Amino acid sequence: MKGLAAGDRKIIEGIYKDHFNMIQSLIVNNNGTADDARDIFQEAMVVLYEKVRTGSFELNCQLKTYLYSVSKRLWLKRLQQNNRLFTQEVDLETTVPVDEEIGQHEKRDAEFELMSQAIQRLGEPCKSLLEAYYLRKMNMQDIALQFGYTNSDNAKNQKYKCLMRLKKLFFSEYKNGNTHG
Amino acid sequence: MDDLRLLDTVERYIKGEMQPDERVHFEQLRKTNPEVDLLVVEHTFFLQQMNRFGEWKRFKSLLSNIHVDLAEKGQINSARLQGKAKVIYLWNRYKRVSAIAASIAVITTLVISSLVWIIAPASPRSQFEELNKKFSQLEDKTRKQAKEIDRIKDKATSVPQDIPFTTGGTGFIIDTKGYLVTNAHVVEDAKQIAIQNNRGEYLVKVVFIDTERDLAILKIDDENFKPYSSLPYGLSKQTAKLAEPIFTLGYPRNEVVYSQGYLSAKTGFNGDTLSCQIEINANRGNSGSPILNRKGEVIGILNGRQTNTQGFAFAVQSKYIFDVIETLKKETKSPTIRVPSRSLLNGLDRTEQVRKVQDFIYMVKVN
Repeated sequence: MKGLAAGDRKIIEGIYKDHFNMIQSLIVNNNGTADDARDIFQEAMVVLYEKVRTGSFELNCQLKTYLYSVSKRLWLKRLQQNNRLFTQEVDLETTVPVDEEIGQHEKRDAEFELMSQAIQRLGEPCKSLLEAYYLRKMNMQDIALQFGYTNSDNAKNQKYKCLMRLKKLFFSEYKNGNTHG
Repeated sequence: MDDLRLLDTVERYIKGEMQPDERVHFEQLRKTNPEVDLLVVEHTFFLQQMNRFGEWKRFKSLLSNIHVDLAEKGQINSARLQGKAKVIYLWNRYKRVSAIAASIAVITTLVISSLVWIIAPASPRSQFEELNKKFSQLEDKTRKQAKEIDRIKDKATSVPQDIPFTTGGTGFIIDTKGYLVTNAHVVEDAKQIAIQNNRGEYLVKVVFIDTERDLAILKIDDENFKPYSSLPYGLSKQTAKLAEPIFTLGYPRNEVVYSQGYLSAKTGFNGDTLSCQIEINANRGNSGSPILNRKGEVIGILNGRQTNTQGFAFAVQSKYIFDVIETLKKETKSPTIRVPSRSLLNGLDRTEQVRKVQDFIYMVKVN
């Protein structure tokens, strides 16, 4: 679990390998394609990852059961949205309640979507500049060099302007989203 | 203090990069100045959002990476829907639509094909240059020597060493069982055909040729060939969008060559609706190269360029590959060719995409 929280590739690959086929058969047997299975499984992995990262997560069932439950809920939701049917009702596999996680996950997903859109709307060079500084954690000297600013102060200045625009875009949408519920 | 310096200070404060006395001073300022306090709270929240967004993005791309890797190694079942399940699924999903569509399709096809029959002009092919290449004698010799060395290094190949290959192009795998697609003009009048890349060299035979659409389907006919577990790219059924960025890999040299460009017109040479025009650097030997979009979907097959202008080329739209496969199924009794329609490359960066695609693209050598 610690490895997962740290984003250790080996560990994640192991979890992936051991559980993907199970989720795939769940989805494919219930009106889904292999591609849907891939999406749902990866979303469930994100739910698990976020949960583990909070630090307070205690797994009180098998990992297998947990991933199965989350995937099933996610898939049911998606089927309902598309008015398709979940043909096969609960199989022998027991599921655990995961409503809380799914709720949090949806909220976070919406927030990330907002951020992603805000960054997209910034346009270049702001988008790359901010991504380099805040997401890839490059330092200002390297950024100045890569983007061709004559010194890091100019880059800083530009970064500041970009950041202000991004914050404005983000918060206007964020507050709107909140009032609409 | 101007806004820029203020924000910079706030950022250092949040990241804990301040000296103790500066920190005390700043906290004092926070207490006395509500605006600064508000800015700190707001900015902390914002930076948290940014950080988590970054981690989320990294984690997602890691997942897609792992998926492709595991699928390649065959450690997870990434087979597409097969057999009965697929039929039922498709039927449930499309029964209403298909009934309507079928009747409309029949009528339109009849009308359009009769119209086309009457008014289609014969196109002047002279300005259109097909990009299959001729191997010069020297090149052929070098290639043979290289192959000789390979053979000594014990790389088993069942391709006889004495075939003088004279022309060639590029082809790419569309079915894991060993079906490839290339241009019809590359393999026309061929006596023997072989394909080659880093993975190995194999003999192939032509399964189907459609000169109208300039497409040919080949099948690897070689006992050394091991089927792939899955394909990284998918074939798009849609017409590509104008200005969509694209890239291609092909064999204008004896080495795989990458180049990139964009879709510049939705029709091809002289308004040909089977193909489209792309702005890309193409040379002899590029015929049959797949044209991929940003998501890693094949949107076309490069087939030629105009002789009197430089810099753009033409590509047969990939949806016609499906048509050709359909015809093939009707006319012959060969096993069904399964073409993936969704790409596993979405979200990867370009170098990663190219690395994954490389093994599925072959130099086609024709005698």
